[in-house]
Formats: sequence, structure tokens, C-alpha cells
Amino acid sequence: MKRLILALMLLFAAPVVAQDQLPPAPLAYKQLDDPAQEAKAQRLMETLRCLKCQSQSIADSDAPMAGDMRHQVRTRIAAGEDPEAIRAWLIERYGDYVSYAPQNKPIMWPLFAAPLVFLLIAALLLRGRFRRVKVKEDTA
Amino acid sequence: MIAEIGLAVLWMAAALALLQLFAGFSALRPGGAVLAGIVRPLAVIQGLLVGISFVCLITLFLETDLSVKLVAANSHSMKPFIFKLAGTWGNHEGSMLLWITVMAMSGGVVALVEKRLREDTLLATLAGQAFVSLGFYAFLLLSSNPFERLPEPAPEGQGLNPLLQDVGLAFHPPTLYVGYVGLSVAFSFAIGALITRDVGPSFARAMRPWVLGAWIFLTVGITAGSYWAYYTLGWGGWWFWDPVENASLMPWLAATALLHSSSVLASRNALRAWTVMLGVIAFSMSMVGTFLVRSGILTSVHAFAVDPERGSFILALLAIYIGGALALFGIRASTVTEGERFSLFSREASLVFNNVMLCGILGIVLLGTLYPLMTEAFGAKVSVGPPYFNPVSAIFAIPMMLMMGVGPLLRWRKDRPSRITATVAIPALIVALVLLGVVVLFPSARLLPMLGIAVGIGLAIGSWLPLRGRNLRRTPLAVWGMVLAHCGIGVALFGAASESAFSVERLAAMNIGDTQSVGPIALKLEAMEPVAGPNWTAIEATISASYKGGPPVTLHPQARTFSSPPGERTESALHTRWNGQLYAVLGDEGDDGRWQMRFWWKPFVPLLWLGGLLVAFGGLLALLGRVAEDVKRVRLLDKIAFRKAQQDMLK
Amino acid sequence: MSEDTPKRSSLAIWLPLALFGAFFVLVIWGLYRPADREVVSAFVGKPLPQFNLPAATAERPGLSTAEMITGKPRLLNVFASWCVPCAAEAPQLEALRQRGVEIDGVAIRDRREDLDRFLGNYGNPFARIGKDDLSEVQVGIGSSGVPETFVIDGKGVIRYQHLGEIRPEDVALILRKLQEAQS
Repeated sequence: MKRLILALMLLFAAPVVAQDQLPPAPLAYKQLDDPAQEAKAQRLMETLRCLKCQSQSIADSDAPMAGDMRHQVRTRIAAGEDPEAIRAWLIERYGDYVSYAPQNKPIMWPLFAAPLVFLLIAALLLRGRFRRVKVKEDTA
Repeated sequence: MIAEIGLAVLWMAAALALLQLFAGFSALRPGGAVLAGIVRPLAVIQGLLVGISFVCLITLFLETDLSVKLVAANSHSMKPFIFKLAGTWGNHEGSMLLWITVMAMSGGVVALVEKRLREDTLLATLAGQAFVSLGFYAFLLLSSNPFERLPEPAPEGQGLNPLLQDVGLAFHPPTLYVGYVGLSVAFSFAIGALITRDVGPSFARAMRPWVLGAWIFLTVGITAGSYWAYYTLGWGGWWFWDPVENASLMPWLAATALLHSSSVLASRNALRAWTVMLGVIAFSMSMVGTFLVRSGILTSVHAFAVDPERGSFILALLAIYIGGALALFGIRASTVTEGERFSLFSREASLVFNNVMLCGILGIVLLGTLYPLMTEAFGAKVSVGPPYFNPVSAIFAIPMMLMMGVGPLLRWRKDRPSRITATVAIPALIVALVLLGVVVLFPSARLLPMLGIAVGIGLAIGSWLPLRGRNLRRTPLAVWGMVLAHCGIGVALFGAASESAFSVERLAAMNIGDTQSVGPIALKLEAMEPVAGPNWTAIEATISASYKGGPPVTLHPQARTFSSPPGERTESALHTRWNGQLYAVLGDEGDDGRWQMRFWWKPFVPLLWLGGLLVAFGGLLALLGRVAEDVKRVRLLDKIAFRKAQQDMLK
Repeated sequence: MSEDTPKRSSLAIWLPLALFGAFFVLVIWGLYRPADREVVSAFVGKPLPQFNLPAATAERPGLSTAEMITGKPRLLNVFASWCVPCAAEAPQLEALRQRGVEIDGVAIRDRREDLDRFLGNYGNPFARIGKDDLSEVQVGIGSSGVPETFVIDGKGVIRYQHLGEIRPEDVALILRKLQEAQS
């Protein structure tokens, strides 16, 4: 989508922002040997926000910092750490902003309640209609 | 000269729009009938004038008239023809002129062909259309004149950024724009019907082709945009629930709901207030989407075309139109009766269900997109992404898709469940079997993709059931359209779910001659060579890929370096098979001389976009069917009128 | 099946307008709020994580958490030779050093020869410079870019985060934050 335009514009702007010359972190572009662990890491990385690019997950960014964060995630997963513990660790440092998965906190409750509220409103609006129809048919 | 002509006719068109607004409304008052006769001609001439103005701008761009500020800033004499052409609307001013051109010409077409609607409703509609256009005329003429001259002609244009010369980039935004503008016509119809309290089947029939047309453009725009992002961003993703993507999805959801509810209104004279409401909402979503993209209000998602001042202008228009329309709705809706009744078990009820679910998804997407802004007002920065949108939209989408298999089989008004149970049993059984099969064969797959696969297959098959027992040659085009569109949704869902359930990724550092594998595909890096294009140089990999030991195919992913302006971009390479797609990306060279490669095997992913195109094609069939029906009906009416006149003469 | 449907309650009819009003207020606020596009560290107020970075340059030792707990507030500057604003803030760091502030550096993803050239060109106000090639310390303290400067108190607790380069007018602020960290 237009996000691509963004990507292009960022590329266009790239020479202005200096980049480092170091090779990427060892596990930035290297998968874990254990497929189960790699899948776990991948799932987590897809839900962590790249702080440099603002609108991409670290799983699909070429920014060096995203690579470093992927390295961190893979290292910790390989060490047996739980994905949610890693998420919590990052949230402790960057706040909820870093996680695309909304956390269970009071400020997010309205968001979780929203689908229920929508269904409730729909039910309230429709209830009268169908019920009355039924009554009419019964009396008819 | 051309620029001056373009500007002059644009001013004239704006003046005519003002006149059209005034004449349209006064014709509705007692004693204003004198003015009624000029409203239609005004709309037609206004459309023609704006068309001329747009042709002028195109001419300026094709000639690369560097004395015009817009051309100098966005074009270049060396640009290929197609990008000179696309340059016309590839900027803020030009895109606004395109917007108003489509809007005014649509108004002209409505004025020319619309004969079914009550005359006063049509006048109100055209007045409403003029009212909406006036805001955009003001925007264009007062703050973003596309025909502005430079004091001194520029020696050369500045618009030769090779990174922005992309066919997708040239045609994707205007496709969405045309969709947005089509919804503005639906909006005007809704306003007209509210003003004259004439919310009935004829209003729905008049509005429906416009909704359908807009919806086709939106469908194509979203599908193409998604494929293009998939292909270009280089990470194999095709939907990110990014605010800009959501902004394009919301009008589509609203238009889909509107399409279905206007069908109910057109055939059954029910859901009146609801359809009018959706007509307003659909256009609101277009405006909200444009606003979100242009204002850059949602944290730095898109560095493109962001301008808070223009954002404020769009917001002001939004407030006037949408606030005004919703207020009008509030005043008038209580006088609009709901129309014909129907039973809980009927085609109407299933369409109501579908509408509620679509609006549920719309609500979720809108809320999720705005939620970070809302929490920021309370001092908390949060992100809302796929982990929220995917499951929560599925809460609404899965039941809706199940209903899509059942609803078209039901009769209008009232039906018996027993009549269709046998028919529905087949797809229901398929869904259950597929679900069981996936659970047994792929126990590690996640719940949502599994449901998606089962429901997708079930819908792709079940969507054909309405044709059962019909004479296929006599089946109206609109029914074929519905069947294909529903099937397309099932196909797309299957593609998407399969991609997310079964994609395999392989990241590898490779030397020339190294082999790797991803899923069922064996890969070999054959060569690395430098290649050069017109304005870039690149390193190109030659990779041979073989599916399950079959004959190898060659892929050429590139890492391109552009010279002016400097930039880098990876050019991914795709190999499409009937059962999936291989996606290859070339990364950097490591210290040890090995090349970073990324590969994905994505089973059945092309079905996602194929399904999208199928949906659009179904819409096109339905549109053709409806228009053909209308033409037939008009001819018939003409014939009757002609005979009547003849008989009168004989008498 | 007549058309005399009862009128719906007027409240529901005005709901869309009310929602739109709420949307309008929200985006108006959003358009005119002060631009806040930075990711602030949530780690301010917490003790430094444990780390032990090797030396980034021959002239200065590396950096570890233990060495930073000296009983006296100090600055932790996250920087890199490839970062343009980092060069711009060098005079301010030098001014702070001359006022007796101790500054430790964390060089992000840097090569020794680049770093030496950078320090040669713009001065070296750092007491120690740790080499952070994997952004470990950067992520560990919730920093999301370069340059960023943290005020660390005598017990090793992060007391303040300064985003972006330190401009001449910011020096007084940094000094005040260091003062506050003393108490």
C-alpha cells in the first residue's frame, strides 16, 4: 500500500542519515537451528515494533537496530526464555509502545471490550424489530 | 495559454457548481420550479468544464511546460511518457484536480441518465453533489492552484526521482481515489433522499450502480496495493494493519455493507434508514481515510504527502459534510420508516447479519487505528497491531463468511430452515472435514489460519450453490456476479490463511555453488554478477530452484543502487507455481564473502490476489447486469410512451 | 406487513453524530498537539542493568555497571561516529566535562578506526567508552536512537533521559538534573 511509498521515501532519504558500517549481529539474519524455537522467535518478532522505523515489526525491517533486537530475541529464545518474558523485558524498557500485542492493562480494556459493545449495540437495535415481527405473525 | 485556460474553466466550473447548488435547492421550494430546468444542464456543463481543465493539466505535463510551478516541481523533460502522464495526478494539486474531475463528471452522468428517481429527489441529489464539490473547488482554487505559473520558467524539472517511477505507484492511488469519489455520489444520493424524504427502492436502484462501481475500484486498488507492497518491501508480508492500509480498507468495508443493504432496499423496500446511514458512512470513511493519510496524524507512519495544513482543510470539509449529513440524518431519520418487515429467517435477515458483521469489522479497524491516538491523550503510548486486529476481526468475519454460504439460498421475506438444510449440508460437511484434516495433519498450526482454510474452502465451493437448479443461460448477470464475488472472498481467505499457516522461511549466507532448501524447493546459488539499468547498477544473483527434484527454474533477485538521487533498493524475485510462490531476496555481502539470502515458500499465496481480482470481476459482472437491466427498462418505458403518443395522435 | 413501523428512539439516531463529534475532537487535539515522535525510555528511575562492555578505543577503558556506581552522579552518553548529531553535541559534552562532570560513553555499532577519527576530530570528553556492537546496553536501558544522554546517580539509578543531541541551551538543564541526582 502507500506504506511502500514510505519505504521508498525512506530509502530516498537514506543517504542523509548516516548508517553504520558494521556487519549485522550474528543472529539478525540467521535462524535458530531448532525449528520449534525459531518459530517461537519468529512469532514474537512479528509482534515487536521496530523503534527506528516506527511502523514496521522488527521481523520485517532492515534497520540495524531491528537486526540487533532480532539477535537479542533469538539469543534469549535459544537460552530457553519464554517469549512473553522477553516481551515483558522489552516493555519494561520501552513501554507498551514496543509491543504490537495490546497488553492487559486498564487503558487497553476499552479496546478489548469494543467487539462485545458492538455486538450488544447491534443486538439492542435489532431486538425490537424481530421481536415485533414475531408478535405480529403470531397474532396474525 | 493552456494553463490560463485550465484555470479559467476551473473557476467557471466552480461558479456553475455554486449556481447548481442554489438552483437545485430553490427548485425544491414552492415557486422555485422555474429554476428546476437548468439544474441538469448545469451539472453536465460543469462536468465538461472540469474535464477540459484536467485535459489542460495533462497537456502541460506531457509538454513539460516548465513555466508552470507544478510541472517544474514534479516532472522532468527526460521522463518516460507514462510517468509524465502519471505525474499529472502524482502530486497533491493534481490528485485534487483528478478527484474533482471524477466527481463533476459523475454528477454530469447522473444528470444525463438518471430517470427513475423522483425529479425533486434528483434535484436535491445534484444540489448535494454541488455542495460537496464546492468544498473541493475551494480547496483547489484557494490553497492549491495546479496552474500556478513561475515568475521565471525553470531550466529543468525536479521530478526525476527514479525510485518514484514505478507503474504501481502511478496507478494505485488514482484507483483508490476513483473509488472514494464514487462513494461521494452515493453520499449525494443519500442526502437528496433525506432532504425530500424519498428513501425508497428507486433511490436504492439509482444509487446502486455508483456504489458498485466505486466498490470495484476500491477492491482492485486494495488488491493491487497489497500485491505491490508484498513484492516491493522484500519481507514477504502483504498486510500489516498499518494505519494507511486500514484507511483504504475502511471505505471498502462500508461500501460492501452499503452494496448489500441497498440491494435489500431496491428489491424489498426494507432497511431504509440503515441504507441512508451507510451511504453517509461510506463516504465519511473515504474522507477519514484521506485525512488520516494526508495529515500524518498517526505517528510518522508515512512521510509521504504529509501536510498538517492540508490535513486541517480536509478535516474542515469532513466536519461540514459528515457532521452536516449526520445532523440531517438525526432530524429526518425519525420520519423515515423502516419499510417492509421480514422474518428472522429470510434473505433480508441474513443480509442484516452480514451488514452488522461488516460494520463490526469496520468499527474494530477504525477503533484500533485511532486507539494509539486516544491513549496518547491520556499520556500512554501504545501500539495496536496484528495480534489485536487478526483475532478480533475474525470474531466478526468468520460468522459472516459462514452466513455468506447460507444467505443467498434463502428466500426473501420468509423462509423455512428445512428447505435449505440439505443444500447447506454439503459445504458444511466440507468445512468440517477440512478442519478435521488440517487439525490432524498439521497439529502445530494456529487456530485462526486453520479456521480460515476450512471456511475459505467451504465458501469457495458453497458460493456456487445459488446456481443449483437454475437455468444457467437465463441466470441474470448480477447473480453470476454475486456468486463469483463470494467465491473470490473464499479463495482469497484460503490463500491468506494458507500463507500464514504454512509459509516456510529460510535465511542463509551463501557462497556461489552453495545449496539450500526452503520447504519443498531445492536452491542453488549459481552466480553473482553486476548488471546495469538506465539509472541504477545492481548486483544480481542467479539462483536455480527446483520443486521436489523437478526441472530447475532460474530466479534473479537484485540489490540495486541508484545514482540520482542516491538510494538502494532490493528487487525481490518471484517464481509462481499453481500451488504456491517462491520468494527470493538478495541481502548484503558478509565479511566472509558470503551473501545474505532470504527465501520463502508460500503455499497458495497467489490465490489471495487472484481471489481479490475475482471479487472485483464479480462486481463488474453485477454492474454490467444492472446497467443492462436499466437500459432495457428505459427502452421499454420509451416504447410504451411512444405507443401511447401514437394512439393519442390517432384519436 | 404495513409500513407503520414505530419510530426508533431518538437517542440511537443521534449516536452517529455524537461518535463523529468525539472523533473530531480527538483528531483536532491530535493535529495541534506538540509533536511528540520520540520513544521515551520507560527505564528512567530504575537501576542500570548489569553489563560489561569491552573498550571501544585504545585510549579509554571499557565500561561496566560496577564502575559506574561511584557515589557521584555522572552522564552516560550513547553515541556513534556515524551519527551526525553526535558530532554536533561534542562541544556541549566538552563544556560539561570542563565543569567537572564525568561522562561515560557507549559507542553503538562502531569500528575502532572510525571512532578514533571521530574522537580526533571532535574531542574526547569520555572517561570510559564501552563498545556496544549488538546494541545490548542501548536496548538494556531503553534507548532507541543516537545520541541519547542519561543521568545516572551515585547508586547507579537512571534519573533522566535526554533525547537527541545536547544543544548549547540544554547544558544548564543537564547540570540541574545532575544536581537533582545528587540528593
